Amino acid sequence: MSRAGKIARRTFLIGSAAIAGGVAFGVYMAKKPIPNPLLDDLKDGEAAITPFVKIDANGITLITPRADKGQGAYSIQAYLIAEELDIDPATATITPGMPRQAYYNATVLGEGVPIPAYKEGFVADTLRDFMSVPAKLLSIQMTGGSSTVPDGFDRMRLAGATARETLKEAAARRVGVARGDLRTENGAVILPDGTSIAYTDLAAEAAEIDPITNVTLRPASAWRYLGKPDLPRLDMLRKCTGTEVYGIDMEFQDMLHATVRANPAVGTAGARVDASAAEAMRGVEKILPVSNGVGVIANNTWRAFQAAEVLEIEWSAPDYPGTSDGIFAALEQALGDPDSYDHRQRDEGDVDAALEAGEIIDARYRIPYLAHAPMEPMNAVVRVLEGQVEIWTGTQIPLFIRDRAATIAGVAPEAVKVYVLPMGGSFGHRLEMTHVEQAVELALAVPGRHLKLTWSREEDMSHDYPRPASVAAGRGQVADGKVVAFDLSVSQSAMAPEWFGRLSGMSLPGPDATITTGSWDQPFAIPNYRVTGYRAPSMVPVSSWRSVGASGNGFYHDSFLDELIHAAGADPLAERILLCLHEPARKVLEAVGEMSGWDGPSMAEGRGRGVGFCMSFGVPCAQVIEVTQTEAGIRIDQVYVAVDVGEVLDPTNLEAQVFGGVIFGLGHAMNCALTYEDHAPLETNYHAYEGMRLYQAPQIEVRALSNGSRIRGVGEPAVPPAAPALANAIFAATGQRIRELPLNKHIDFV
Amino acid sequence: MKLTVNGTEHEVDVEPEMPLLWVLRDELNIKGPKYGCGIAQCGACTVHVDGMAVRSCQLPVGDLEGEVTTIEGLGTPESLHAVQAAWVAHQVAQCGYCQSGQIMQAAALLDLNPAPTDAEIDAVMSGNLCRCGTYPRIRAAIHDAAQKLSEA
Repeated sequence: MSRAGKIARRTFLIGSAAIAGGVAFGVYMAKKPIPNPLLDDLKDGEAAITPFVKIDANGITLITPRADKGQGAYSIQAYLIAEELDIDPATATITPGMPRQAYYNATVLGEGVPIPAYKEGFVADTLRDFMSVPAKLLSIQMTGGSSTVPDGFDRMRLAGATARETLKEAAARRVGVARGDLRTENGAVILPDGTSIAYTDLAAEAAEIDPITNVTLRPASAWRYLGKPDLPRLDMLRKCTGTEVYGIDMEFQDMLHATVRANPAVGTAGARVDASAAEAMRGVEKILPVSNGVGVIANNTWRAFQAAEVLEIEWSAPDYPGTSDGIFAALEQALGDPDSYDHRQRDEGDVDAALEAGEIIDARYRIPYLAHAPMEPMNAVVRVLEGQVEIWTGTQIPLFIRDRAATIAGVAPEAVKVYVLPMGGSFGHRLEMTHVEQAVELALAVPGRHLKLTWSREEDMSHDYPRPASVAAGRGQVADGKVVAFDLSVSQSAMAPEWFGRLSGMSLPGPDATITTGSWDQPFAIPNYRVTGYRAPSMVPVSSWRSVGASGNGFYHDSFLDELIHAAGADPLAERILLCLHEPARKVLEAVGEMSGWDGPSMAEGRGRGVGFCMSFGVPCAQVIEVTQTEAGIRIDQVYVAVDVGEVLDPTNLEAQVFGGVIFGLGHAMNCALTYEDHAPLETNYHAYEGMRLYQAPQIEVRALSNGSRIRGVGEPAVPPAAPALANAIFAATGQRIRELPLNKHIDFV
Repeated sequence: MKLTVNGTEHEVDVEPEMPLLWVLRDELNIKGPKYGCGIAQCGACTVHVDGMAVRSCQLPVGDLEGEVTTIEGLGTPESLHAVQAAWVAHQVAQCGYCQSGQIMQAAALLDLNPAPTDAEIDAVMSGNLCRCGTYPRIRAAIHDAAQKLSEA
């Protein structure tokens, strides 16, 4: 093994997103080619030149394995292939295909390495690339971590180019000219004399040729689709006409409709159940136990909901605190406790000595559990028939679902088919699969019948696997107008090991980087700079929520930095720019300054502006928010956002994702919390958990820069800076420093 | 029980308390209206009853008086309603799950108020939740659709 390989392996095992669990990784195994899964069930006359392109006499199919939860994955993957294949993707069939190892996500684990994203160079890049090895061997076909574009950028264009060149080769052999004399256009190979042969007409011959993999990708200057303004999303027409088919819309002849009630203390067993009233209700066919709860099978979703509501159940209680007060007390207890120490990935200068130099600036922060609450509640259709299991669901983790369903049904993974459907939002909720497990359990009781399980909104929000609650303490020191010491400690339950354990049954050794992701890895130079993570006990089971660790750490790090800069008497924006040591990050800060006409945090009487910054998923994002204090409360007037994803492939969707990220970040920071009582959240529907409604949505102006050296995804990075930018703006307008989310616990909004 | 949806009369055998939403989705296989909350807090189930926007999850089918129009009856991919055309032009949808309801609400708004102000849009559209945060484009699309309808 090369030296870099050794470093990578050692660091990887002790590192943050380490996924080991006893699996032996080897370069040989990692380099072994993965068979093209499309070849398994190819029919006569069909060609599957790469795992991403299938062609037969009737048409072209593009396989887009990253699932669409609204972020535009469906479209951009098709455009990436089409750019090199020379087809109009709107004329192709586009499908996520069957989950297979060939579609592993080589990028998503790379963000977990213990080197901050702003650092480049041999070791950092080698280590990030090395993370593709466990991803491949473990078949992590996952959508998430803003990784669809960085992971697919080369891979899917190469697939398109390989298919194109192979089709040209087929044409070359048919007509007896050199491949180099042919070109392609709009789904056809063009011969030197100008006649064209449709790809579909060449499929059978192309299938006989070894794919041409020695291809060169076109430069950006030659792109037809990528980077162009007004690139239409390929699912837009369906979504504006009610014709998109989400998981919840699947319909089969004679299908049964089911729902469940599971223990509100997620993961805890159910107890005594009285189903007599429910059993007598119209349309109810069966009432059965499922893991941690009870399932109702009926002939209509509403009838299943009605019956589930009248079930009388006494739940058993888990052994962690049942109330938010108790949970926060446990988080506070772990904070700074040496026995709860988890990791310290940043420790520069001598923080302890620097803090002693004068009066310490102290600040305590906390953030609540947050539900994902996507508009489409969790659902799955399952049919079990003669040893085969079929599943239709919207999911980010199809291979985990395949394997778990196989275990529950007692069949081989190959006997499980997972049809991945468009998702009515996710925000990380569909990185879980409890609802699919329940659907398989129920479907086993009605063999041969399609069964659709739908969670009621209340069930969905009670079993959300929320964003972890956490607490943080900042201690700092300023001198001569400068921030000289920054010491941040964060306490949270270990989210990543809990999640990975639930999905895989394996344990994640090492620290949980999500506790401090978004704090320890920020591109600033402060002489004495330390970030420490403390692992609180597992309590409410938690999971990834749009922007993951950075959703809370973005608030902690940037809020505390703002406090220290204020204490130093410096300008919030100018000082961030001075402290910044990463060129693309500095540029986004400068850009929001220019966009907002920044001349300090103070504006007219009762108005103020704040800046927020966070680098997450390798993307620096800065926001300036302007607010006005009115008699009815704080009004957000304007948001300016600058973001750098290296290369913008779809400007229209980038703007949409940034709008969405800002609104998601602000809405939850202002209005949302899950409050626990008796081990269950009090907020179980949208009246108590609104996020943001249209009347609160501010004007948002977006600028995308391209100074970053690697291409990045934009689904998440606009979320983390929104909360601190707003809190900092409120401080500028009112003098009130709010250190706890949601902000509406402390101040009213219009 | 009889009801007319998108110009077609249907007969269903359901209890009168069943909300219109579930009659449409599970009995008639009309899937445009979506289930989001079941308590009229999100608007994903919005349909028109005699042209008025109604939350179908809170309307017992036994209380239905009038003809029902769902997103499927408003316009089709081949023949878009002006609001749908504006939605496509502004690339509004992200996950798209709430958009049937948003579009039905917006169409009803423009029917009553052909040139709404931002404040009027905010007031009428705030009952329709979007978790993806498409609001800036919803506002722009409604103004655009209003303009196109006034020119028609």
